[in-house]
Amino acid sequence: MSINWELVWSSLGPLLSGAIFGTIPLALASFSLGLLLALVVALMRLSRNRLISAVARIYISVIRGTPLLVQLFVIFYGLPSVGITISPWPSAIIAFSLNVGGYAAEVIRAAILSVPKGQWEAGHTIGMSRHQTLVRIILPQAARVSVPPLSNTFISLVKDTSLASLILVTELFRVAQQVAAFSQEFMLLYLEAAVIYWIICLVLASGQSALEKRLDRYVAH
Amino acid sequence: MSPTEPLPPEPLEPPPPGNTLPDAAVPVDALLTVTGLRKAFGHHVVLKSIDLEVRRGEVVTLIGPSGSGKTTVLRCLNGLEMPDAGVAEFAGQLTVDFSTPVAKKQVLALRDRSAMVFQHYNLFPHKTVLENVIEGPVQVQKRPKAEAIQEARELLERVGLAGKENSYPFELSGGQQQRVGIVRALALRPQLLLFDEPTSALDPELVGEVLTVIKELADEGWTMVVVTHELAFARQVADEVIFMDGGVVVERGHPDTVLRDPREERTRQFVDRLLNPF
Repeated sequence: MSINWELVWSSLGPLLSGAIFGTIPLALASFSLGLLLALVVALMRLSRNRLISAVARIYISVIRGTPLLVQLFVIFYGLPSVGITISPWPSAIIAFSLNVGGYAAEVIRAAILSVPKGQWEAGHTIGMSRHQTLVRIILPQAARVSVPPLSNTFISLVKDTSLASLILVTELFRVAQQVAAFSQEFMLLYLEAAVIYWIICLVLASGQSALEKRLDRYVAH
Repeated sequence: MSPTEPLPPEPLEPPPPGNTLPDAAVPVDALLTVTGLRKAFGHHVVLKSIDLEVRRGEVVTLIGPSGSGKTTVLRCLNGLEMPDAGVAEFAGQLTVDFSTPVAKKQVLALRDRSAMVFQHYNLFPHKTVLENVIEGPVQVQKRPKAEAIQEARELLERVGLAGKENSYPFELSGGQQQRVGIVRALALRPQLLLFDEPTSALDPELVGEVLTVIKELADEGWTMVVVTHELAFARQVADEVIFMDGGVVVERGHPDTVLRDPREERTRQFVDRLLNPF
């Protein structure tokens, strides 16, 4: 098999624009919203109020217990039958955010629980409220612990955004499919897409290392 | 300045007596009066009925075997545990009755008057030494940051930690960390200092530097309750020694009596075992 370099070159523009205007903003928006949601869900899960905690538990269970593709299809293809129609981009962002919210909630909960109880007490003894202690003492320490697992979630999400091609979002993989169908060079286009996903993830992984290093400055080595 | 030198009385002066008028219910010099303190964890009764009076400028030490409830007494005084019953009264200004539901505001008021030094220091690892000390004054007491920093630097210097302001806790020895813990408590300008086995987690050769600081604070007139296993320290510094066992006060009195010539057999056994472990 000879490589059609001309096609590699000419498809690079559309594929990169699919990544830059599709995959990357979709992943960033979904991850940011998902993290916020996850923090709320984690705190609900840790609440002393049993009802609030149960709601969070059920949410996490549903998100983790059903395929992401099914969640995506329920929102985009399912909701119109109950009168709610959401266009492709918002559907994708909603589905991915809800998904990240479920997974990352458990990560954040575990990270909060990993901070020793004595830190809460130290916060209280200097007069801080629960909320102040959480924000100023506990969460900064939990953040450090949760960087590696949350990076995992983020990297998975970048790759999962390819599923959005199935609800007509123009992102990297959908562009690759279109060019492949047109040129009949399936191997070439899908490999090219794979390389671009890989590069994005490499960048994220190096960002993770930098962040870990920064947050590790107060820990003994 | 080395922590072994005696500290001059300025500016580490304990807060002036807020209540100068004699109060009918409380003796003039009593800072804290606790009566009938009771606490159970589930079915396990940790404190049966503890009475305690701490006068201004006085050092009370609590001794006793582990599980005797002495640490729980401290934690109740600081609102870290909620007792099931009992009354704590701070010099006629604040009365908290634990047998009824205690409002959040009252717990905060209780904490406002006392500050705790923990066995395991519990410094904030993500904050520098200076940030650890000014966190309470700036974030909780809303004092001007520049003033809090100035005072923190002075306090750190006085416990021999000048130049460590920008270190993180992990860069310090246990004794240094505990001295930061003490400064963090002092910076809050509490009326009462609570020490929960402040030297139990330290290497033996570091115990002295921490006890010296505590003794100096006592000499300056700070009011404190100290849970400790250091009998020599208790004998030198304490005005009153309270021996607890099984959630009750077995014996209390002047250190010379309780530690040298106790009335109760149980106290004698405990003291003997600490002095002669073999």
